Amino acid sequence: MSIITDKTNKNQRVLMMGNEAIARGALEAGVKVVAAYPGTPSSEIPKVLGDVADEMGLYVEWSTNEKVSLEVAAAGSYAGLRALCTMKQVGVNVASDFLLHLAEYGSRAGLVLVTCEDPGSLSSTNEGDSRPYSKMMEFPLIEPGDIQEAKEMTQWAFDLSETIHNVVMLRSVTRMSHASGNVIVGDLPQTQARADFQYHGGFFDQMTGPVMTLPGTAPTQRLRQHAGLEKAIACFEKSPFNTYTGPDRSEITIITSSAATFYCREAIAILGLEERVGLLKLGTTWPLPPRLMEKYLAATDRVLIIEEGTPFLEDNLKALFVDLSETVGPTRFHGRADKTIPSVDELNPDIVMTALSTLLDLPTDDSMADYRQRISAALEGSVPDRAMTFCPGCPHRASFWLLHEALKLDNRRGFICGDIGCYTLGVADCGFRAVKTVAAMGSGVGMASGFGKLQRFGLEQPIIAVCGDSTFFHAAMPGLVNAIHNQADMIMVILDNAGTAMTGFQPHPGIPVGADGKPLPALDIPTICQAMGVRVEIVDPFQFAAARKTIGDLLDDAGGVRMLVLRQACALSPARKGKKEWTVSVDPDKCLGDACGCNRLCTRIFKCPGLIWDPEKRQTRIDEFVCVGCGVCAQVCPQNAITVEKAVKA
Amino acid sequence: MNTTALKHDPYNLIITGVGGQGNVLASRMVGDMLSRLGFDITIGETFGASQRGGSVMSHLRISRQGSYSPQIPLGRAHMIVSLEPSEALRMLRAYGNPEVQVITNMRPVRSSSVISGEQPYPAPETIVGWINDFSEKAWFLDTTETATRLGNPIFGNVMLVGALARTGQLPLDRDIFEAVVRSRMPEAKVRVNLEAFDAGGEMIGEKST
Repeated sequence: MSIITDKTNKNQRVLMMGNEAIARGALEAGVKVVAAYPGTPSSEIPKVLGDVADEMGLYVEWSTNEKVSLEVAAAGSYAGLRALCTMKQVGVNVASDFLLHLAEYGSRAGLVLVTCEDPGSLSSTNEGDSRPYSKMMEFPLIEPGDIQEAKEMTQWAFDLSETIHNVVMLRSVTRMSHASGNVIVGDLPQTQARADFQYHGGFFDQMTGPVMTLPGTAPTQRLRQHAGLEKAIACFEKSPFNTYTGPDRSEITIITSSAATFYCREAIAILGLEERVGLLKLGTTWPLPPRLMEKYLAATDRVLIIEEGTPFLEDNLKALFVDLSETVGPTRFHGRADKTIPSVDELNPDIVMTALSTLLDLPTDDSMADYRQRISAALEGSVPDRAMTFCPGCPHRASFWLLHEALKLDNRRGFICGDIGCYTLGVADCGFRAVKTVAAMGSGVGMASGFGKLQRFGLEQPIIAVCGDSTFFHAAMPGLVNAIHNQADMIMVILDNAGTAMTGFQPHPGIPVGADGKPLPALDIPTICQAMGVRVEIVDPFQFAAARKTIGDLLDDAGGVRMLVLRQACALSPARKGKKEWTVSVDPDKCLGDACGCNRLCTRIFKCPGLIWDPEKRQTRIDEFVCVGCGVCAQVCPQNAITVEKAVKA
Repeated sequence: MNTTALKHDPYNLIITGVGGQGNVLASRMVGDMLSRLGFDITIGETFGASQRGGSVMSHLRISRQGSYSPQIPLGRAHMIVSLEPSEALRMLRAYGNPEVQVITNMRPVRSSSVISGEQPYPAPETIVGWINDFSEKAWFLDTTETATRLGNPIFGNVMLVGALARTGQLPLDRDIFEAVVRSRMPEAKVRVNLEAFDAGGEMIGEKST
């Protein structure tokens, strides 16, 4: 039974993850269509809704990419069904082309776009902030301040969307989506919904006319959109999700939203500033409700804006202040612009405490100084770093070993254009630093396509692009078509590990199953590529001899695009997890350790977490608790000291 | 409604380890147990990329008065439960204070800089010395071998939950653990989890310093 539909939970306090609370809110609102592309920290929302798709009568899909997912969700709205679309911050960029048109036309049944963002880039390659899209494309933005609100505001977002007939963006962050807290749940409606797309009405009739944005339609449609925003402002002025705590007149009022609310509340409590500092927590962050802002700006002379990402709230607040300055009087603004708050990375209670202490000139608390000094001195340089690495048995370690080795032997300074997934770690030691470019999803092949046309300008380096099986469908296909059509000289490598591994094995169009667990037809990547007219080779990266021969041959086969599918399931995949194929051991009579000419190839370079370098015996051994029995290290050892035996099935 | 008083409010608990050791499940179990007892729980977690061999930590805020930041302020942990000894040190350095208590598994998971020989891994007696120096009270357990005997080293996480319960620092007991396990796991897994919980508890009985 799922935590988000458990009937015994009704009106009970349930410990839920932020993303589960968002999913529950959508269910309580009667959502019918859910479409998403996975991305940390958003992936749990469609996952838990997919698990209850049958039970709750939903259509849930893992879409090919975020733009498609938003189009699928919008179709639901236009056919009269409440629809939810979720993605991580970079997904909004992918979806943004459609989003502009969607916002200009508007929606019918409630349509909510949830973006889960990652200040501090804890599991992203960027600190993208999608909030400015709400202003740029003119739709409302709301941000929950705790886990209960994550549920309540998601539910409310559908109503708001239907009030203004436009998409509503709900923004979460890692510390909200992946935090857990007590949530009091409400009723799950048992609504029957029938889909029907109305298009017979007048051209500008939003609810019954054709859905299109065309040359010349924008002024009329944008006026309609702006009228919706005026209604949103009216709701925001009296929204219970905007709250103030603190004195009637404060020395400083903090204005904040989202997870930063937690940090501000805690900083005020720890410093004991409840009588001096006000806290205005905003749930509705664009457009800002002017009367509400006027009221609280008038009640203080100093404002501290606490937000993560860009200074979006700060800039909007200052712009609004220009109109309000006569009634609210002189106000000093602290935040990003005056460097009270760092301009990068995520926030925490300590940063807010430091900011308040500085602004209010509070005495420093040095009760812990002695402890901190002693522990820092004692542990200085003694706690080993723990850089991210490929898991034991990861096919990517084997793949990058082979590609790196082939490029080194080729000796023309070849390089790999990387992409987004676990294999982004190909830039690090665990991928032998073979990857030399990383940008957006699909950018590896796009850039390789460009590099692959520079031979006429003297570029002599072999070019390899890598991408995963999910990324292939998401964004690599247009770049690959471009490379093939323009005859770029490059090798396209698909690191096919049978699922969207990084985000938790969500299926993609190459996997024969849908978000609800039911079978779907799978699209075969090699067949697709063969149909595009290129040479396609498929090898298992765990079979070094065959893979080496194929990669060498593809490097020699210069001119145009050549494809290599390196196919081996992820070590954490349901197919491989907990199943050791080989029992691996090191023969102490054969491992020469320091005396071997290999210079500790296995532990110094290959560095699988399943290997241990024994500093006393000066030999390698296997960590039996960590090793998953892939047997690859046996092929790395030039002395054949690492041996494999078929594992006895437990 | 349970009326047990907390030793601190909020009581700040950190559960830490290396990606893949099961610390997220352990924190959800402890959170569930205390939530069922009527406490307000906030859990802060990072997962996703950090699963890939990196340090992982869960921050639990346990209170009678409402929700707290999913990040514990620096130097304010009351208890650090660690699935890996060097991770206990990492947490102690950031969140430790003279009153903090520590429970740690002593089986190392070597990071790539240790495997490659770039950095030494501190000797067990050195780690014990530091943790004793910088905590009010500490328990050092070897859960990995017992967990392996129960069928999988992953049970080390449940053993540490059992150990935490036995310290008496939080109102956790076997019955509430069993209720949580039964609600989360198939019947076939209940017994082994209870065995792991008990085995962890027994280690506290034996090895309290």
